[in-house]
Amino acid sequence: MGQLRQRDDRRVAWWFVAPVLVGFAIFYAYPAARGIWYSLTDYTMLGTPSFVGAQNYSDLISDRQFWSSMLVTAYYVLLNVGSQTLLALAVAALMHRLTSSVVLRATLLLPWLVPNVTIGLLWMWLLDTNLGLVNHLLRAVGLDTVGFFTDATWAMPAIAGINTWAYTGYTALLLYAGMLQIPQHLYESAAIDGAGELRIFAKITLPLLRPVLALVLVVTLIGSFQIFDTVAVTTKGGPVSATRVIYYFIYQQAFSYFHMGYAAAAAVFLALVLGVFTFVQLRLLRASSSDLA
Amino acid sequence: MKPTRRWSPGRILAWSFLAVFLLATIFPFYWMIRTAITPAADLYHDSSSLLPQQPTLINFTRVLGLTTEAEARAAGGSGARLDFGRYLLNSVIYCGLIAGVQTLLCSMAGYAFARLRFPGRDLTFTLLVSALMVPPIFTLLPNFILVKQLGWINTMAGMVAPTILMTPFAVFFLRQFFLSLPRDVEEAATLDGVGPWGMFWRVAMPMSRGPLITIGLTTTVWAWKDFLWPLLVGRGEEHRLVTVALGVFLQQSPNTQPDWTGLMAASTLSVLPVLLLLVFLGKRLVQSLSFTGGK
Repeated sequence: MGQLRQRDDRRVAWWFVAPVLVGFAIFYAYPAARGIWYSLTDYTMLGTPSFVGAQNYSDLISDRQFWSSMLVTAYYVLLNVGSQTLLALAVAALMHRLTSSVVLRATLLLPWLVPNVTIGLLWMWLLDTNLGLVNHLLRAVGLDTVGFFTDATWAMPAIAGINTWAYTGYTALLLYAGMLQIPQHLYESAAIDGAGELRIFAKITLPLLRPVLALVLVVTLIGSFQIFDTVAVTTKGGPVSATRVIYYFIYQQAFSYFHMGYAAAAAVFLALVLGVFTFVQLRLLRASSSDLA
Repeated sequence: MKPTRRWSPGRILAWSFLAVFLLATIFPFYWMIRTAITPAADLYHDSSSLLPQQPTLINFTRVLGLTTEAEARAAGGSGARLDFGRYLLNSVIYCGLIAGVQTLLCSMAGYAFARLRFPGRDLTFTLLVSALMVPPIFTLLPNFILVKQLGWINTMAGMVAPTILMTPFAVFFLRQFFLSLPRDVEEAATLDGVGPWGMFWRVAMPMSRGPLITIGLTTTVWAWKDFLWPLLVGRGEEHRLVTVALGVFLQQSPNTQPDWTGLMAASTLSVLPVLLLLVFLGKRLVQSLSFTGGK
């Protein structure tokens, strides 16, 4: 009986995994290998790639625009991950102690459902220098108008702010879901002991949330490194290069200047940076999904 | 959930913070709709009142291509042909194809990796999951060249190709769920003579409705938000998605100022389908978050 079943499995199992394996081979494994090959070539998408060895990489290392893109990305990641996580943690903790309303949760999820392009447009309009509501309010209280997307100082904080607005609710819900896993009796006994809310947060919520918090932090970090849509819509990397994040740099090299090989080399570099974080994420994911069973 | 407590200053402060946060979340959407129903000319003298003086639907009709070119131009448009109805349909087809096919194929694979025994299973699974480590930008460039060489630029096939067959995360997630299915149900079905296919279709799938909907919904939302890949592959009018169309629309301004009323009308249209999803499946969607944890 058992023997028979095993033989059955063996024959059928490959049919179950075949489509996904084909997808993996054609659109993940093969392109990954090709990406590495392109990074060693000079390729304009016309003609054939010509092998140049490590030339692209050594150019990359001495390319000031590339390093400025990395720096700009780091600045964005710092702003966005910081504000998003802190704000989300506050919202989640308050929800956890006050309400489990589904309407509230659905509302928090709303911005996450909306395409980044729409969000970019929406905020371009709200932050418009002449007609935008925000500048109108600034003028109303006697302040100077701010060119949020034209002033190099403001452009990156504006974009980080937009994405914080867009993703904080979603992050808060992830953290809230984590908080729901904390045993309720801990809170009950803390209440009996007469502990204040801040103390309860510091001594119970925060420590027990640590695994979920770590996962959410890493996921947000990885996501932030890959910001593109908002920049593409609002500033196109400008003013000058104040918002030219690494994704936009790669995009420009590939599709504006047709430096495919060079863009591929920058993508390899980014993949190495992200690989470190993704490895951590995978470990955390495995650890947390083992409770799923 | 909690025993009723008296209203302390701290509690009022906490509720106020939540209320402000909620208001800040919703208000921009209100402003989007408010602008969408404002005549373009009114933006210059009525740009900050909460309600438009003369609400109009002309911005919606012109971005849906239901007005004549002259009417659209008179309402502040560029006169370029706009057809957001079509772009919406394209986006729906794109999302439906990806979410439907991908959920099915990934659940098949997830089931096999969790429940069937075959040589090389663990190695294959590890290999697949290793694709999670590859950031999208890395495969984007070679995939674009591949799709270009296949002659699939400006085709639906080219647009869905890299995602429709699988997403490593979905395989990983569904396998994790199938692992948790109780063994005895399977054993009982085996005694009844149910083979692996029947087991998958008639036992495992019906038991996994929750996680399947989770993956399906999440995939739909991500596909709806997709921009860069459809921008590269589906730039042409015929297969243009809503997100790509919005970007193109932004470029086609008649004046120095973008066509804000038209853009906000189009933006509203791009939010509408996911808003319906939220209204009808809100609870499901919210619950699914606690499942997926990270994605």
